[in-house]
Amino acid sequence: MTAAGELRPVVVGAGPAGVRAAQTLVAHGLRPVVIDEAPRAGGQIYRRPPASLAQRNAKTLYGFESKRADALHAAFDGLRGRVDHQPDSLVWNAQDRQLDVMHGPTHGSRQVPYSHLIVATGATDRVLPVPGWTLPGVYTLGGAQVALKFQGCAIGRRVVFMGTGPLLYLVAYQYAKAGVEVAAVLDTARLSDQVAAAPAMLTQPAVFAKGVYYVGWLRAHGVALRSGVRPLRVTGDGTQGRVTGVAWQDGGKERTLDCDAVGFGYALRSETQLADLLGCRFEYAPLHRAHLPVRDAAGRSSVAGVYLAGDGAGIMGADAAEWAGERAALALLADNGIAVDAARAAQLEHRLGRLAGFRRGLERAFPVPHDWAAHAPDDLVVCRCENVTAGTLRQTVAGAGADELNRLKALSRVGMGRCQGRMCGVAAAEILAHATQQPLQQVGRLRGQAPIKPIPIRLVPADRSGA
Amino acid sequence: MTKTSHAPHALLHRVAEATGRDAVPFTIDGVPASALAGDTVLTAVLTQCAQLRRNEFSGLPRAGFCMMGACQDCWISTGDGERLRACSTFIAPGMALLTGKNVA
Repeated sequence: MTAAGELRPVVVGAGPAGVRAAQTLVAHGLRPVVIDEAPRAGGQIYRRPPASLAQRNAKTLYGFESKRADALHAAFDGLRGRVDHQPDSLVWNAQDRQLDVMHGPTHGSRQVPYSHLIVATGATDRVLPVPGWTLPGVYTLGGAQVALKFQGCAIGRRVVFMGTGPLLYLVAYQYAKAGVEVAAVLDTARLSDQVAAAPAMLTQPAVFAKGVYYVGWLRAHGVALRSGVRPLRVTGDGTQGRVTGVAWQDGGKERTLDCDAVGFGYALRSETQLADLLGCRFEYAPLHRAHLPVRDAAGRSSVAGVYLAGDGAGIMGADAAEWAGERAALALLADNGIAVDAARAAQLEHRLGRLAGFRRGLERAFPVPHDWAAHAPDDLVVCRCENVTAGTLRQTVAGAGADELNRLKALSRVGMGRCQGRMCGVAAAEILAHATQQPLQQVGRLRGQAPIKPIPIRLVPADRSGA
Repeated sequence: MTKTSHAPHALLHRVAEATGRDAVPFTIDGVPASALAGDTVLTAVLTQCAQLRRNEFSGLPRAGFCMMGACQDCWISTGDGERLRACSTFIAPGMALLTGKNVA
Protein backbone atom coordinates (compact mmCIF):
# COMPACT_ATOMS: atom_id res chain seq x y z
CA MET A 1 0.00 0.00 0.00
CA THR A 2 1.37 3.34 -1.08
CA ALA A 3 -0.03 6.77 -0.40
CA ALA A 4 -0.93 8.56 -3.61
CA GLY A 5 1.37 11.44 -2.67
CA GLU A 6 4.43 9.18 -2.69
CA LEU A 7 3.86 8.01 -6.23
CA ARG A 8 5.77 9.71 -8.98
CA PRO A 9 4.43 8.17 -12.17
CA VAL A 10 5.92 9.14 -15.49
CA VAL A 11 4.19 8.61 -18.84
CA VAL A 12 6.48 8.49 -21.87
CA GLY A 13 4.64 9.49 -25.03
CA ALA A 14 1.61 11.74 -25.48
CA GLY A 15 -0.25 9.91 -28.22
CA PRO A 16 -3.58 8.15 -27.70
CA ALA A 17 -2.19 5.73 -25.09
CA GLY A 18 -0.15 8.26 -23.14
CA VAL A 19 -2.90 10.87 -23.00
CA ARG A 20 -5.52 8.42 -21.71
CA ALA A 21 -3.03 7.02 -19.20
CA ALA A 22 -2.24 10.49 -17.88
CA GLN A 23 -5.91 11.44 -17.74
CA THR A 24 -6.71 8.31 -15.72
CA LEU A 25 -3.89 8.95 -13.25
CA VAL A 26 -5.06 12.55 -12.78
CA ALA A 27 -8.65 11.40 -12.24
CA HIS A 28 -7.36 9.36 -9.28
CA GLY A 29 -5.50 12.23 -7.68
CA LEU A 30 -2.00 11.72 -9.09
CA ARG A 31 0.11 14.29 -10.90
CA PRO A 32 2.06 12.42 -13.59
CA VAL A 33 4.99 13.70 -15.57
CA VAL A 34 4.24 13.36 -19.31
CA ILE A 35 7.32 13.39 -21.52
CA ASP A 36 6.84 13.64 -25.27
CA GLU A 37 9.11 14.27 -28.22
CA ALA A 38 6.51 16.38 -30.01
CA PRO A 39 5.80 20.03 -29.27
CA ARG A 40 2.07 19.30 -28.85
CA ALA A 41 0.27 16.20 -27.56
CA GLY A 42 -1.61 13.92 -29.96
CA GLY A 43 0.96 11.42 -31.14
CA GLN A 44 1.55 10.74 -34.81
CA ILE A 45 -2.02 9.84 -35.75
CA TYR A 46 -3.57 12.88 -34.11
CA ARG A 47 -0.55 15.10 -34.61
CA ARG A 48 -1.43 18.76 -34.32
CA PRO A 49 0.04 21.30 -36.73
CA PRO A 50 1.98 24.24 -35.31
CA ALA A 51 -0.20 27.11 -34.08
CA SER A 52 0.60 29.23 -37.14
CA LEU A 53 -1.05 26.64 -39.41
CA ALA A 54 -4.58 27.19 -38.19
CA GLN A 55 -6.63 27.31 -41.38
CA ARG A 56 -7.69 23.67 -41.60
CA ASN A 57 -10.32 22.29 -39.26
CA ALA A 58 -10.24 18.88 -37.59
CA LYS A 59 -12.43 17.38 -40.31
CA THR A 60 -9.91 18.36 -42.97
CA LEU A 61 -6.93 17.23 -40.90
CA TYR A 62 -8.24 13.98 -39.48
CA GLY A 63 -11.19 12.99 -41.70
CA PHE A 64 -13.36 10.28 -40.15
CA GLU A 65 -11.08 10.41 -37.10
CA SER A 66 -11.79 14.09 -36.40
CA LYS A 67 -14.07 13.48 -33.43
CA ARG A 68 -11.56 11.15 -31.81
CA ALA A 69 -8.74 13.59 -32.49
CA ASP A 70 -10.70 16.48 -31.04
CA ALA A 71 -11.65 14.43 -27.99
CA LEU A 72 -8.08 13.36 -27.34
CA HIS A 73 -6.71 16.87 -27.75
CA ALA A 74 -9.44 18.27 -25.50
CA ALA A 75 -8.74 15.58 -22.89
CA PHE A 76 -5.09 16.54 -22.75
CA ASP A 77 -5.75 20.28 -22.81
CA GLY A 78 -8.10 19.68 -19.87
CA LEU A 79 -5.21 18.29 -17.84
CA ARG A 80 -3.26 21.56 -17.99
CA GLY A 81 -1.91 22.39 -14.56
CA ARG A 82 -2.54 18.88 -13.31
CA VAL A 83 0.22 17.11 -15.22
CA ASP A 84 3.87 18.04 -15.55
CA HIS A 85 3.96 18.11 -19.37
CA GLN A 86 7.46 18.08 -20.84
CA PRO A 87 7.09 18.54 -24.63
CA ASP A 88 9.94 18.55 -27.17
CA SER A 89 11.68 16.10 -24.85
CA LEU A 90 13.45 12.86 -25.68
CA VAL A 91 13.92 10.09 -23.13
CA TRP A 92 17.30 8.79 -24.22
CA ASN A 93 18.22 6.52 -21.33
CA ALA A 94 16.66 4.74 -18.36
CA GLN A 95 18.62 3.49 -15.40
CA ASP A 96 18.12 3.11 -11.65
CA ARG A 97 14.58 4.49 -11.66
CA GLN A 98 15.75 7.63 -13.45
CA LEU A 99 15.12 8.74 -17.00
CA ASP A 100 17.66 10.84 -18.85
CA VAL A 101 15.69 13.42 -20.77
CA MET A 102 16.92 15.90 -23.33
CA HIS A 103 14.94 19.01 -24.27
CA GLY A 104 15.38 19.14 -28.04
CA PRO A 105 15.46 22.87 -28.82
CA THR A 106 17.96 23.75 -26.06
CA HIS A 107 19.80 20.42 -25.71
CA GLY A 108 19.17 20.81 -22.00
CA SER A 109 19.43 17.47 -20.22
CA ARG A 110 17.96 16.45 -16.92
CA GLN A 111 17.24 13.34 -14.90
CA VAL A 112 13.64 12.56 -14.16
CA PRO A 113 13.08 10.08 -11.32
CA TYR A 114 10.04 7.84 -11.41
CA SER A 115 8.30 5.43 -9.09
CA HIS A 116 6.26 3.93 -11.91
CA LEU A 117 6.47 4.22 -15.65
CA ILE A 118 3.92 3.93 -18.44
CA VAL A 119 5.73 3.41 -21.71
CA ALA A 120 3.63 4.59 -24.66
CA THR A 121 6.29 5.10 -27.30
CA GLY A 122 4.22 4.42 -30.42
CA ALA A 123 5.38 3.21 -33.79
CA THR A 124 6.92 4.11 -37.11
CA ASP A 125 6.41 2.67 -40.58
CA ARG A 126 7.60 -0.88 -41.19
CA VAL A 127 9.95 -0.64 -44.12
CA LEU A 128 11.08 -3.28 -46.58
CA PRO A 129 13.49 -1.47 -48.89
CA VAL A 130 13.14 -1.33 -52.65
CA PRO A 131 16.00 -0.30 -54.96
CA GLY A 132 15.95 3.50 -55.20
CA TRP A 133 14.33 4.03 -51.79
CA THR A 134 17.12 6.42 -50.73
CA LEU A 135 16.31 8.88 -53.57
CA PRO A 136 15.05 12.30 -52.50
CA GLY A 137 11.28 12.20 -52.96
CA VAL A 138 10.78 8.75 -51.45
CA TYR A 139 9.13 8.89 -48.03
CA THR A 140 7.35 6.50 -45.73
CA LEU A 141 3.57 6.47 -45.86
CA GLY A 142 3.52 7.94 -42.37
CA GLY A 143 6.02 10.56 -43.48
CA ALA A 144 3.90 11.49 -46.48
CA GLN A 145 0.97 11.89 -44.10
CA VAL A 146 2.96 14.01 -41.63
CA ALA A 147 4.03 16.34 -44.46
CA LEU A 148 0.40 16.94 -45.35
CA LYS A 149 -1.12 17.06 -41.86
CA PHE A 150 1.63 18.89 -39.99
CA GLN A 151 2.99 21.13 -42.75
CA GLY A 152 0.30 21.42 -45.42
CA CYS A 153 2.74 20.00 -47.98
CA ALA A 154 2.63 17.17 -50.48
CA ILE A 155 5.76 15.08 -51.10
CA GLY A 156 5.37 15.61 -54.88
CA ARG A 157 3.02 16.67 -57.65
CA ARG A 158 2.39 13.19 -59.02
CA VAL A 159 2.73 10.57 -56.32
CA VAL A 160 2.72 6.76 -56.27
CA PHE A 161 1.82 5.00 -53.02
CA MET A 162 3.26 1.51 -52.64
CA GLY A 163 3.54 -1.33 -50.14
CA THR A 164 0.65 -2.60 -48.08
CA GLY A 165 -1.40 -1.93 -44.96
CA PRO A 166 -4.37 0.24 -44.07
CA LEU A 167 -2.27 3.40 -44.25
CA LEU A 168 -1.65 2.79 -47.97
CA TYR A 169 -5.21 3.62 -48.98
CA LEU A 170 -5.78 6.19 -46.25
CA VAL A 171 -2.79 8.33 -47.25
CA ALA A 172 -3.60 7.98 -50.97
CA TYR A 173 -7.13 9.16 -50.20
CA GLN A 174 -5.89 12.08 -48.10
CA TYR A 175 -3.51 13.18 -50.87
CA ALA A 176 -6.16 12.94 -53.57
CA LYS A 177 -8.60 14.89 -51.38
CA ALA A 178 -5.94 17.59 -50.96
CA GLY A 179 -5.77 17.94 -54.73
CA VAL A 180 -2.56 16.02 -55.35
CA GLU A 181 -2.40 13.74 -58.37
CA VAL A 182 -2.16 10.13 -57.15
CA ALA A 183 -0.65 8.27 -60.09
CA ALA A 184 -1.31 4.81 -58.62
CA VAL A 185 -1.73 2.77 -55.47
CA LEU A 186 0.35 -0.40 -55.69
CA ASP A 187 -0.53 -3.00 -53.05
CA THR A 188 1.65 -6.07 -52.54
CA ALA A 189 -1.33 -7.85 -50.99
CA ARG A 190 -3.62 -9.70 -53.34
CA LEU A 191 -7.30 -9.04 -53.65
CA SER A 192 -7.87 -12.62 -52.49
CA ASP A 193 -6.05 -11.78 -49.22
CA GLN A 194 -8.53 -9.03 -48.57
CA VAL A 195 -11.53 -11.19 -49.47
CA ALA A 196 -10.29 -13.98 -47.18
CA ALA A 197 -9.81 -11.50 -44.36
CA ALA A 198 -13.24 -9.91 -44.65
CA PRO A 199 -15.02 -12.05 -42.02
CA ALA A 200 -12.44 -11.21 -39.35
CA MET A 201 -12.38 -7.55 -40.39
CA LEU A 202 -16.16 -7.34 -40.08
CA THR A 203 -15.84 -7.76 -36.32
CA GLN A 204 -15.06 -4.01 -36.45
CA PRO A 205 -17.63 -2.98 -39.07
CA ALA A 206 -17.00 0.77 -38.78
CA VAL A 207 -13.26 0.39 -39.35
CA PHE A 208 -13.87 -2.06 -42.16
CA ALA A 209 -16.34 0.33 -43.77
CA LYS A 210 -13.82 3.18 -43.72
CA GLY A 211 -11.26 1.03 -45.54
CA VAL A 212 -13.84 0.05 -48.15
CA TYR A 213 -14.81 3.70 -48.49
CA TYR A 214 -11.23 4.85 -49.20
CA VAL A 215 -10.76 2.17 -51.85
CA GLY A 216 -14.13 2.95 -53.43
CA TRP A 217 -13.48 6.69 -53.41
CA LEU A 218 -10.07 6.28 -55.04
CA ARG A 219 -11.50 3.99 -57.71
CA ALA A 220 -14.41 6.33 -58.36
CA HIS A 221 -11.95 9.18 -58.83
CA GLY A 222 -9.98 7.30 -61.43
CA VAL A 223 -6.94 6.41 -59.33
CA ALA A 224 -5.22 3.27 -60.64
CA LEU A 225 -5.35 0.60 -57.93
CA ARG A 226 -3.20 -2.49 -58.41
CA SER A 227 -2.94 -5.42 -56.02
CA GLY A 228 -0.64 -8.42 -55.88
CA VAL A 229 2.30 -6.39 -57.18
CA ARG A 230 6.01 -6.85 -56.46
CA PRO A 231 7.81 -3.49 -56.31
CA LEU A 232 10.97 -3.65 -58.43
CA ARG A 233 12.55 -0.21 -58.13
CA VAL A 234 12.15 3.51 -57.82
CA THR A 235 13.94 5.16 -60.71
CA GLY A 236 15.79 8.46 -60.50
CA ASP A 237 17.63 10.81 -62.80
CA GLY A 238 21.21 9.85 -62.05
CA THR A 239 23.31 11.38 -59.31
CA GLN A 240 21.11 14.45 -58.90
CA GLY A 241 18.66 11.86 -57.72
CA ARG A 242 15.14 13.00 -58.37
CA VAL A 243 12.44 10.38 -58.48
CA THR A 244 11.28 9.85 -62.06
CA GLY A 245 9.12 6.74 -61.73
CA VAL A 246 8.49 3.30 -60.31
CA ALA A 247 8.70 -0.18 -61.75
CA TRP A 248 6.84 -3.20 -60.47
CA GLN A 249 5.97 -6.72 -61.47
CA ASP A 250 2.35 -7.56 -62.04
CA GLY A 251 1.30 -11.03 -63.17
CA GLY A 252 4.76 -11.82 -64.52
CA LYS A 253 5.04 -8.58 -66.50
CA GLU A 254 7.15 -5.56 -65.66
CA ARG A 255 5.18 -2.32 -65.53
CA THR A 256 6.43 1.22 -65.15
CA LEU A 257 4.85 4.53 -64.33
CA ASP A 258 6.19 8.09 -64.21
CA CYS A 259 5.93 9.99 -60.95
CA ASP A 260 7.97 12.51 -58.97
CA ALA A 261 7.48 11.09 -55.48
CA VAL A 262 6.78 7.78 -53.76
CA GLY A 263 5.21 7.04 -50.39
CA PHE A 264 5.74 3.50 -49.21
CA GLY A 265 5.59 1.19 -46.22
CA TYR A 266 4.25 -2.10 -44.94
CA ALA A 267 2.08 -1.17 -41.96
CA LEU A 268 3.83 -0.25 -38.70
CA ARG A 269 6.53 -1.43 -36.32
CA SER A 270 6.72 -0.77 -32.58
CA GLU A 271 9.23 1.58 -30.97
CA THR A 272 10.56 -0.79 -28.29
CA GLN A 273 13.98 0.65 -27.40
CA LEU A 274 12.93 2.14 -24.08
CA ALA A 275 11.21 -1.06 -22.94
CA ASP A 276 14.43 -2.85 -23.85
CA LEU A 277 16.62 -0.48 -21.77
CA LEU A 278 14.21 -0.96 -18.87
CA GLY A 279 14.89 -4.69 -18.95
CA CYS A 280 11.45 -5.80 -20.10
CA ARG A 281 11.28 -9.39 -21.29
CA PHE A 282 10.68 -9.76 -25.02
CA GLU A 283 9.04 -12.58 -26.92
CA TYR A 284 8.58 -13.27 -30.59
CA ALA A 285 5.04 -12.37 -31.64
CA PRO A 286 4.16 -14.21 -34.88
CA LEU A 287 1.23 -11.91 -35.67
CA HIS A 288 3.51 -8.88 -35.63
CA ARG A 289 6.51 -10.72 -37.14
CA ALA A 290 8.58 -9.04 -34.43
CA HIS A 291 10.01 -9.49 -30.96
CA LEU A 292 7.90 -7.45 -28.59
CA PRO A 293 7.99 -6.64 -24.88
CA VAL A 294 5.63 -8.98 -23.05
CA ARG A 295 2.61 -7.42 -21.31
CA ASP A 296 -0.32 -8.94 -19.45
CA ALA A 297 -3.91 -8.09 -20.37
CA ALA A 298 -3.70 -4.98 -18.18
CA GLY A 299 -0.40 -3.76 -19.62
CA ARG A 300 2.04 -4.86 -16.90
CA SER A 301 5.48 -5.62 -18.30
CA SER A 302 7.82 -8.22 -16.82
CA VAL A 303 9.46 -5.45 -14.75
CA ALA A 304 7.67 -4.34 -11.58
CA GLY A 305 6.43 -0.77 -11.90
CA VAL A 306 6.79 -0.64 -15.69
CA TYR A 307 3.61 -0.68 -17.79
CA LEU A 308 3.28 -0.85 -21.58
CA ALA A 309 0.48 0.68 -23.61
CA GLY A 310 -0.33 1.38 -27.23
CA ASP A 311 1.45 0.58 -30.47
CA GLY A 312 4.87 0.68 -28.77
CA ALA A 313 4.27 -2.83 -27.45
CA GLY A 314 2.53 -4.28 -30.52
CA ILE A 315 0.56 -2.64 -33.31
CA MET A 316 -3.14 -2.56 -32.42
CA GLY A 317 -4.13 0.90 -33.65
CA ALA A 318 -5.20 4.18 -32.10
CA ASP A 319 -8.51 3.12 -30.57
CA ALA A 320 -6.87 0.19 -28.82
CA ALA A 321 -4.09 2.50 -27.68
CA GLU A 322 -6.59 4.73 -25.89
CA TRP A 323 -8.08 1.73 -24.11
CA ALA A 324 -4.69 0.24 -23.30
CA GLY A 325 -3.43 3.54 -21.91
CA GLU A 326 -6.39 3.81 -19.57
CA ARG A 327 -6.14 0.13 -18.62
CA ALA A 328 -2.44 0.38 -17.82
CA ALA A 329 -3.04 3.42 -15.63
CA LEU A 330 -5.79 1.56 -13.76
CA ALA A 331 -3.35 -1.32 -13.21
CA LEU A 332 -0.71 1.07 -11.89
CA LEU A 333 -3.25 2.56 -9.49
CA ALA A 334 -4.60 -0.79 -8.31
CA ASP A 335 -1.08 -2.15 -7.84
CA ASN A 336 -0.55 0.70 -5.37
CA GLY A 337 -3.70 0.08 -3.41
CA ILE A 338 -5.70 2.90 -4.96
CA ALA A 339 -9.34 1.96 -5.54
CA VAL A 340 -10.32 1.78 -9.20
CA ASP A 341 -13.48 0.86 -11.07
CA ALA A 342 -12.97 -2.87 -11.62
CA ALA A 343 -15.89 -3.07 -14.03
CA ARG A 344 -14.31 -0.40 -16.22
CA ALA A 345 -11.00 -2.26 -16.16
CA ALA A 346 -12.75 -5.46 -17.20
CA GLN A 347 -14.63 -3.65 -19.96
CA LEU A 348 -11.38 -2.24 -21.39
CA GLU A 349 -9.75 -5.67 -21.34
CA HIS A 350 -12.79 -7.14 -23.05
CA ARG A 351 -12.62 -4.53 -25.81
CA LEU A 352 -8.90 -5.08 -26.29
CA GLY A 353 -9.44 -8.83 -26.42
CA ARG A 354 -12.14 -8.50 -29.05
CA LEU A 355 -9.85 -6.42 -31.20
CA ALA A 356 -7.34 -9.27 -31.44
CA GLY A 357 -9.46 -11.08 -34.03
CA PHE A 358 -9.74 -7.94 -36.12
CA ARG A 359 -6.00 -7.46 -35.87
CA ARG A 360 -5.44 -10.97 -37.24
CA GLY A 361 -7.80 -10.08 -40.07
CA LEU A 362 -5.77 -6.99 -40.90
CA GLU A 363 -2.59 -9.03 -41.08
CA ARG A 364 -4.34 -11.42 -43.42
CA ALA A 365 -5.68 -8.61 -45.59
CA PHE A 366 -2.32 -6.85 -45.81
CA PRO A 367 0.34 -9.53 -45.30
CA VAL A 368 3.98 -8.52 -45.30
CA PRO A 369 5.46 -10.09 -48.45
CA HIS A 370 7.15 -13.11 -46.89
CA ASP A 371 9.27 -13.68 -50.00
CA TRP A 372 10.71 -10.16 -49.88
CA ALA A 373 14.21 -11.32 -48.84
CA ALA A 374 14.38 -13.93 -51.60
CA HIS A 375 13.85 -11.21 -54.20
CA ALA A 376 16.06 -8.49 -52.67
CA PRO A 377 18.94 -7.94 -55.14
CA ASP A 378 22.51 -7.95 -53.83
CA ASP A 379 23.02 -4.26 -54.62
CA LEU A 380 19.94 -3.19 -52.66
CA VAL A 381 20.85 -0.71 -49.92
CA VAL A 382 19.31 -2.17 -46.75
CA CYS A 383 20.80 0.27 -44.22
CA ARG A 384 20.29 3.81 -45.48
CA CYS A 385 22.43 5.32 -42.71
CA GLU A 386 25.63 3.52 -43.67
CA ASN A 387 24.81 2.16 -47.12
CA VAL A 388 25.07 -1.52 -46.21
CA THR A 389 23.72 -3.68 -49.02
CA ALA A 390 21.84 -6.97 -49.06
CA GLY A 391 24.88 -8.49 -50.78
CA THR A 392 27.16 -7.41 -47.91
CA LEU A 393 24.77 -8.99 -45.42
CA ARG A 394 24.73 -12.25 -47.38
CA GLN A 395 28.54 -12.28 -47.67
CA THR A 396 28.79 -11.68 -43.92
CA VAL A 397 26.52 -14.63 -43.29
CA ALA A 398 28.43 -16.85 -45.71
CA GLY A 399 31.95 -15.68 -44.87
CA ALA A 400 31.80 -15.09 -41.12
CA GLY A 401 28.97 -17.42 -40.22
CA ALA A 402 26.84 -14.72 -38.63
CA ASP A 403 23.52 -16.33 -37.74
CA GLU A 404 22.17 -13.87 -35.17
CA LEU A 405 21.15 -10.27 -35.79
CA ASN A 406 23.48 -8.55 -33.31
CA ARG A 407 26.41 -10.60 -34.64
CA LEU A 408 25.46 -9.52 -38.17
CA LYS A 409 25.31 -5.93 -36.91
CA ALA A 410 28.74 -6.16 -35.32
CA LEU A 411 30.30 -7.51 -38.49
CA SER A 412 28.48 -5.55 -41.19
CA ARG A 413 27.39 -2.39 -39.31
CA VAL A 414 23.77 -2.91 -40.39
CA GLY A 415 21.63 -1.23 -37.71
CA MET A 416 24.63 0.58 -36.27
CA GLY A 417 23.96 3.94 -37.91
CA ARG A 418 22.13 6.91 -36.52
CA CYS A 419 18.67 5.36 -36.75
CA GLN A 420 19.85 2.33 -34.74
CA GLY A 421 18.02 -0.09 -36.98
CA ARG A 422 14.62 1.60 -36.92
CA MET A 423 14.51 1.68 -40.73
CA CYS A 424 16.63 -1.37 -41.61
CA GLY A 425 16.13 -3.76 -38.69
CA VAL A 426 13.06 -5.49 -40.08
CA ALA A 427 14.71 -5.98 -43.47
CA ALA A 428 18.05 -7.13 -42.02
CA ALA A 429 16.27 -9.78 -39.94
CA GLU A 430 14.34 -11.01 -43.00
CA ILE A 431 17.54 -11.27 -45.06
CA LEU A 432 19.40 -13.02 -42.25
CA ALA A 433 16.59 -15.52 -41.73
CA HIS A 434 16.42 -16.23 -45.45
CA ALA A 435 20.19 -16.53 -45.88
CA THR A 436 20.58 -18.89 -42.92
CA GLN A 437 17.37 -20.79 -43.63
CA GLN A 438 16.16 -20.09 -40.10
CA PRO A 439 12.69 -19.04 -39.02
CA LEU A 440 12.52 -15.29 -38.32
CA GLN A 441 12.16 -15.74 -34.56
CA GLN A 442 15.52 -17.57 -34.43
CA VAL A 443 17.65 -14.68 -35.70
CA GLY A 444 16.97 -12.53 -32.64
CA ARG A 445 16.38 -8.82 -32.38
CA LEU A 446 18.56 -5.75 -32.36
CA ARG A 447 19.31 -4.77 -28.77
CA GLY A 448 18.41 -1.27 -27.69
CA GLN A 449 21.32 0.97 -26.78
CA ALA A 450 21.47 4.27 -24.92
CA PRO A 451 21.22 6.93 -26.16
CA ILE A 452 18.21 5.53 -28.00
CA LYS A 453 18.35 8.46 -30.43
CA PRO A 454 21.34 10.67 -31.28
CA ILE A 455 22.11 13.38 -28.75
CA PRO A 456 24.88 15.97 -28.86
CA ILE A 457 28.08 14.92 -27.12
CA ARG A 458 27.95 18.08 -25.05
CA LEU A 459 24.60 18.26 -23.31
CA VAL A 460 23.70 21.37 -21.39
CA PRO A 461 22.74 20.93 -17.73
CA ALA A 462 19.05 21.84 -17.52
CA ASP A 463 19.61 24.65 -15.00
CA ARG A 464 21.67 26.55 -17.57
CA SER A 465 19.70 25.67 -20.70
CA GLY A 466 16.50 27.46 -19.80
CA ALA A 467 14.70 24.21 -20.59
CA MET B 1 1.03 37.66 -46.28
CA THR B 2 3.75 35.87 -48.15
CA LYS B 3 4.03 35.08 -51.79
CA THR B 4 5.65 31.72 -52.34
CA SER B 5 7.36 31.65 -55.68
CA HIS B 6 7.30 28.56 -57.82
CA ALA B 7 10.47 26.62 -57.24
CA PRO B 8 11.02 24.21 -60.13
CA HIS B 9 13.43 21.98 -58.21
CA ALA B 10 11.42 21.78 -55.01
CA LEU B 11 10.54 18.35 -53.63
CA LEU B 12 7.68 19.47 -51.41
CA HIS B 13 4.67 21.46 -52.58
CA ARG B 14 2.36 23.49 -50.42
CA VAL B 15 -1.23 22.33 -50.85
CA ALA B 16 -2.71 24.02 -47.76
CA GLU B 17 -1.95 26.93 -45.42
CA ALA B 18 0.26 28.56 -48.04
CA THR B 19 -0.94 32.07 -47.27
CA GLY B 20 -1.58 34.25 -44.23
CA ARG B 21 1.60 33.26 -42.39
CA ASP B 22 4.57 35.43 -41.53
CA ALA B 23 7.66 35.20 -43.71
CA VAL B 24 10.84 33.87 -42.12
CA PRO B 25 14.08 34.91 -43.84
CA PHE B 26 16.96 32.43 -43.87
CA THR B 27 19.64 31.23 -46.29
CA ILE B 28 20.18 28.01 -48.24
CA ASP B 29 23.83 27.54 -49.20
CA GLY B 30 24.37 31.25 -48.75
CA VAL B 31 21.45 32.27 -50.97
CA PRO B 32 18.68 34.30 -49.31
CA ALA B 33 15.40 32.39 -49.03
CA SER B 34 12.07 32.82 -47.36
CA ALA B 35 10.04 30.30 -45.39
CA LEU B 36 6.72 30.54 -43.54
CA ALA B 37 6.30 30.67 -39.77
CA GLY B 38 5.54 27.15 -38.56
CA ASP B 39 7.65 25.48 -41.24
CA THR B 40 10.08 22.86 -40.11
CA VAL B 41 13.62 23.26 -41.41
CA LEU B 42 12.81 20.33 -43.71
CA THR B 43 9.78 22.08 -45.18
CA ALA B 44 11.60 25.40 -45.46
CA VAL B 45 14.41 23.84 -47.50
CA LEU B 46 12.55 21.23 -49.54
CA THR B 47 9.86 23.63 -50.75
CA GLN B 48 12.76 25.38 -52.53
CA CYS B 49 15.27 22.68 -53.41
CA ALA B 50 15.61 18.93 -53.56
CA GLN B 51 18.06 17.89 -50.85
CA LEU B 52 19.05 18.45 -47.23
CA ARG B 53 22.44 16.77 -47.17
CA ARG B 54 24.62 14.14 -48.78
CA ASN B 55 24.98 10.66 -47.40
CA GLU B 56 28.45 10.24 -45.85
CA PHE B 57 29.00 6.87 -47.53
CA SER B 58 27.55 7.23 -51.03
CA GLY B 59 27.90 11.00 -51.42
CA LEU B 60 24.38 11.01 -52.87
CA PRO B 61 21.72 13.52 -51.93
CA ARG B 62 19.21 12.80 -49.19
CA ALA B 63 16.02 14.57 -48.24
CA GLY B 64 14.76 12.80 -45.14
CA PHE B 65 12.47 9.79 -45.09
CA CYS B 66 10.23 9.24 -42.04
CA MET B 67 9.36 12.86 -41.11
CA MET B 68 8.89 11.82 -37.47
CA GLY B 69 12.30 11.89 -35.88
CA ALA B 70 13.10 8.20 -36.27
CA CYS B 71 15.17 7.67 -39.43
CA GLN B 72 17.79 10.37 -38.69
CA ASP B 73 18.21 10.95 -42.44
CA CYS B 74 17.24 14.63 -42.44
CA TRP B 75 20.12 16.13 -40.47
CA ILE B 76 21.27 19.37 -42.07
CA SER B 77 24.36 21.45 -41.37
CA THR B 78 24.35 25.07 -40.35
CA GLY B 79 26.96 27.66 -41.23
CA ASP B 80 28.45 27.45 -37.74
CA GLY B 81 28.94 23.70 -37.83
CA GLU B 82 25.87 22.65 -35.90
CA ARG B 83 23.64 19.83 -37.15
CA LEU B 84 19.85 20.08 -36.97
CA ARG B 85 17.30 17.31 -37.40
CA ALA B 86 15.30 19.08 -40.07
CA CYS B 87 11.95 17.33 -39.60
CA SER B 88 11.67 18.24 -35.94
CA THR B 89 13.32 21.67 -35.81
CA PHE B 90 11.34 24.77 -36.71
CA ILE B 91 12.83 27.34 -39.06
CA ALA B 92 13.99 30.52 -37.34
CA PRO B 93 14.97 33.89 -38.81
CA GLY B 94 18.57 34.07 -39.94
CA MET B 95 19.29 30.35 -40.03
CA ALA B 96 22.13 29.61 -42.45
CA LEU B 97 21.62 26.10 -43.83
CA LEU B 98 24.01 24.08 -45.96
CA THR B 99 22.64 21.28 -48.16
CA GLY B 100 25.86 20.14 -49.81
CA LYS B 101 24.22 20.46 -53.21
CA ASN B 102 27.07 22.54 -54.59
CA VAL B 103 29.63 19.98 -53.46
CA ALA B 104 30.22 17.21 -55.97
